Amino acid sequence: MANVLVVAELLEGKTRKTTLCAVTAAKQIADGTAGSFDILSIGEGAGAAAEELVGYGAGKVLKAEIPGGYVCEKYGPTVVEVGKGYDVIVACASAFGKDLLPWVAAKLDAGMASEIAAVHTDGGKLRYTRPMYAGNVSGNVEILTEKHVITVRQSEFEAATAGGGSSPVEEVAIATDPAADKVEFIGVEVMKSERPELTDADIVVSGGRALKSAENFTNVIEPLVDALGAAMGASRAACDAGYVSPELQVGQTGKVVAPKLYVAIGISGAIQHLAGMKGSKTIVAINKDKEAPIAQVADYFLVADLFDAVPALTEEVKKL
Amino acid sequence: MKILVTIKRVADPDNASKLKVSGDGTAVTSEGLEWKMNPFDDWSLEAALRLTENAAEKNARVGEVVLVSIGPNDEHTQRIIREGLAKGAERGLLVEADDANLDASVVSLILKAVVDKENPDLVVMGKQAADGDSNVAGTKLAARLGWPIINYAMKISTNDDGKTLEVKRELDTGVATVKVTGPAVITTSDRILQPDSVKNGVTPADHQYAKLEVGGRYASLKGIMQAKKKPIDQTSIGDLGVEAKTALKYTKFELPPARSGDTTFVESVEELVDKLHNTAKVI
Repeated sequence: MANVLVVAELLEGKTRKTTLCAVTAAKQIADGTAGSFDILSIGEGAGAAAEELVGYGAGKVLKAEIPGGYVCEKYGPTVVEVGKGYDVIVACASAFGKDLLPWVAAKLDAGMASEIAAVHTDGGKLRYTRPMYAGNVSGNVEILTEKHVITVRQSEFEAATAGGGSSPVEEVAIATDPAADKVEFIGVEVMKSERPELTDADIVVSGGRALKSAENFTNVIEPLVDALGAAMGASRAACDAGYVSPELQVGQTGKVVAPKLYVAIGISGAIQHLAGMKGSKTIVAINKDKEAPIAQVADYFLVADLFDAVPALTEEVKKL
Repeated sequence: MKILVTIKRVADPDNASKLKVSGDGTAVTSEGLEWKMNPFDDWSLEAALRLTENAAEKNARVGEVVLVSIGPNDEHTQRIIREGLAKGAERGLLVEADDANLDASVVSLILKAVVDKENPDLVVMGKQAADGDSNVAGTKLAARLGWPIINYAMKISTNDDGKTLEVKRELDTGVATVKVTGPAVITTSDRILQPDSVKNGVTPADHQYAKLEVGGRYASLKGIMQAKKKPIDQTSIGDLGVEAKTALKYTKFELPPARSGDTTFVESVEELVDKLHNTAKVI
């Protein structure tokens, strides 16, 4: 019987969708072990965000209002104190969850498994599957400590949907750690976009080094992205070259996406990139080189100069 | 400034698709693959080297970089440490351990023992190893030390030899700026290789580093010669007084199923749209 704590992720005082993927994992664990789950809303605006989370079937929603920007050592101590009462602590494997949860695990002397792709509860024993080696090996792992700390891959756990009901909201005490005094949060530049979030979109259109410039991303890729109502992504090479901002990187070190349709334009398909998108349902490659490694995963491959093909594709899509 | 940089040997990540799993599924075998320095560690090493040099004077060293590698005491681990020394690090430390007895928990305990001995001003680590892809050890180390953790650093600057640092770190949704009082543990993002990513107050602020695309700097011939004389100390988990008790146990490894179906090569944009609309029904 596992009692699970979900650590919610807030962005500008609102619950991020990543939280709902962690809720799905928590439900699977709770259901499979006849346990229960609670949610901890933590950060600036935690009180209001807690109210957004009362309809997901949690035993209770806890709130810990912590003003100012996110710093691991500022949030961690409260998660540790609350987490002492739970068997499993789970968050989404976003930059937030991957930063915060190892700290919590260390303080609680708990084993941590990150980027979980599946939860197994057969026989009441908890096991997890996680991708390794840039997605080329899948590992089945047990956590040997009594307490488990895990982060889950957003692309592998569908966002929970509100099912009515109203979990009670309780306030918890804020704990502190001296290490927090050594980090001063100066500010954050939040990327604003009208487009869907990369990890949340049904269609992702990504560009690579072959785009050659930021202007070409704007003039060639973006019209197709918008015609499809897609999110825009990019390869590491394109992010490194400064064509687009780093948040758009898809791959082992960027975001992992699994949309219904992934369109890779001018992307050769290095292993690091494939790690971030090969779970997509349908993959299209547009590339001059039909020998490019992206062919290993592409369902449809158009061998063409992207500067001719992509504007033509955009026009065809608009006709649909 | 003294910086500890961790480096791990990993099976060639560019050929990870050639990895196999043993018949009983209990081990990943990398037979035929070369051992390489974890690329994430290579980028961190580059950041550490920039923090401890005057780049305007032929990369003259103004601080110390100590490399730590945990793994089998064999030619491959030694070669990878030597490679870091050839790039400019001052000395190396090899902590002998069997890969099967290591996880992020044990690694963080080993590194804490090393930090307690070496007293560096900073620990700079790759955010993850390209084999386990865990992204846990750095933060666990910081938590155990009571030091701040700064993950995914894309820019680091200091004007007081690392006593305080301003760091820009990558988030899912943007970039956060923090001011850190050392000692601290920092992990780096891909962007740390950009020409203007590191400012150490010694190298002129307008100095532009060469554009590095794949990894950190190449070793110079002189560096390779000098590295032969640099010390690599050896120790073991036992010597460090660490109990090798892993918190994770992998019971089975599998190769993920290949994507079903072959690649359909389409001749034209019209054909592509037709397939996506009428066959795959995704647009």
